[in-house]
Amino acid sequence: MTAAGSIDLKALLAESGVGEVLDELDRELVGLAPVKMRLREIASLLVVDKARAALGVEGAKPSLHMCFTGNPGTGKTTVASRMATILHRLGHVRKGHLVAVTRDDLVGQYIGHTAPKTKEVLKRAMGGVLFIDEAYYLYRPENERDYGQEAIEILMQVMENQREDLVVIFAGYKSRMDTFFQSNPGLGSRVAHHIDFPDYDVSELLAIADRMVGGLGLRLSRDGRVALEEYMRLRRGQPNFANARSLRNALDRSRLRQARRLLEVGQVDAEMLMTIEAADIRASRVFDAARAQGAAEEAPC
Amino acid sequence: MRITQGTFSFLPDLTDEQIGKQVEYALQQNWAVSIEYTDDPHPRNVYWEMWGMPMFDLKDAAGLLGELRECRKNHSDCYIKVNAFDSARGFETMRMSFIAHRPPEEARYRLRREESENRLVRYTLERA
Repeated sequence: MTAAGSIDLKALLAESGVGEVLDELDRELVGLAPVKMRLREIASLLVVDKARAALGVEGAKPSLHMCFTGNPGTGKTTVASRMATILHRLGHVRKGHLVAVTRDDLVGQYIGHTAPKTKEVLKRAMGGVLFIDEAYYLYRPENERDYGQEAIEILMQVMENQREDLVVIFAGYKSRMDTFFQSNPGLGSRVAHHIDFPDYDVSELLAIADRMVGGLGLRLSRDGRVALEEYMRLRRGQPNFANARSLRNALDRSRLRQARRLLEVGQVDAEMLMTIEAADIRASRVFDAARAQGAAEEAPC
Repeated sequence: MRITQGTFSFLPDLTDEQIGKQVEYALQQNWAVSIEYTDDPHPRNVYWEMWGMPMFDLKDAAGLLGELRECRKNHSDCYIKVNAFDSARGFETMRMSFIAHRPPEEARYRLRREESENRLVRYTLERA
């Protein structure tokens, strides 16, 4: 506090150590600008609330239940675990652990099984963040006796009454989450923050690839990088593209090919062991389709 | 007669806030907390009913307090205690156990005298 009745918000922010977490997020996660923006806003809100409380203006704790929507592999789980740390540093949750669950962990198999199971999970998540992945599976409209509804009701109750004890984050694909909230308006209205995770573009994916191979103790040769860029361009157009996850799988497969290639060579040095070449990437099936198409265009018959 | 047993038995009953802090301490020590209740608080009755499973994965006292509230609602005429179990090798036993709720009307016991062989006199506690 600088003078009586006034508070230095910047100092308060620095003191909580949230700045570091947010900067770390900026550094370590590529892209995701809207997500980072929203996280900063939430952090600011909590700091301002803290300042208000310090000056004696008591307000109700804000509802911070969130919904993360986005295609697979866009970093929803990663951000959720950071979220737990941020909320903990800001004093919104007491412990700051993340409990990640899916439908199986919440919904039981017979009558009377669901409530204890859901409550068990909620109890474990108290003081932290409950992350429900693919939350729309909780609600199965085609089966009116589905126990998912029961789990949703218990969740809603706790989200409303024990707001200070835990934060619930729902995650899933955009379109299916929208129908999920439409069919459960009570739940939708209790989730204040809807954050959409955009798909990565090719340059962002390449930046992620550099970090991934760096983490594996490898590097891409210059041709390899060009090949990977081309690979990403083609792969994005194909079905079941899962952003960073597809990228990881592609890199894992190219490591296999690299290992095979090196064994055939026999004599290798450190440089060769560390480098993924264009050939390792271009052997992928993804290029087959493109090659076939290219051939067809050259020689139409 | 006010029945006392377990940890803190010489103190007045703990408030919910104090119970929360004790549980928080137990969780810090990696003890598993659980809730038990009974209508028979005889000191020799070691088999109290379990209120759900022991909460092994609990991280925060709020989970236990919620269960305690629930248990009080359902068994307000019973004694309820909170246990903290230490699974560390060498202990493997309760490290803490205290009464967290007592019925409005407490159980009453009286001392019964019984004569057995060779005019030996035995005493036992009996529910009044």
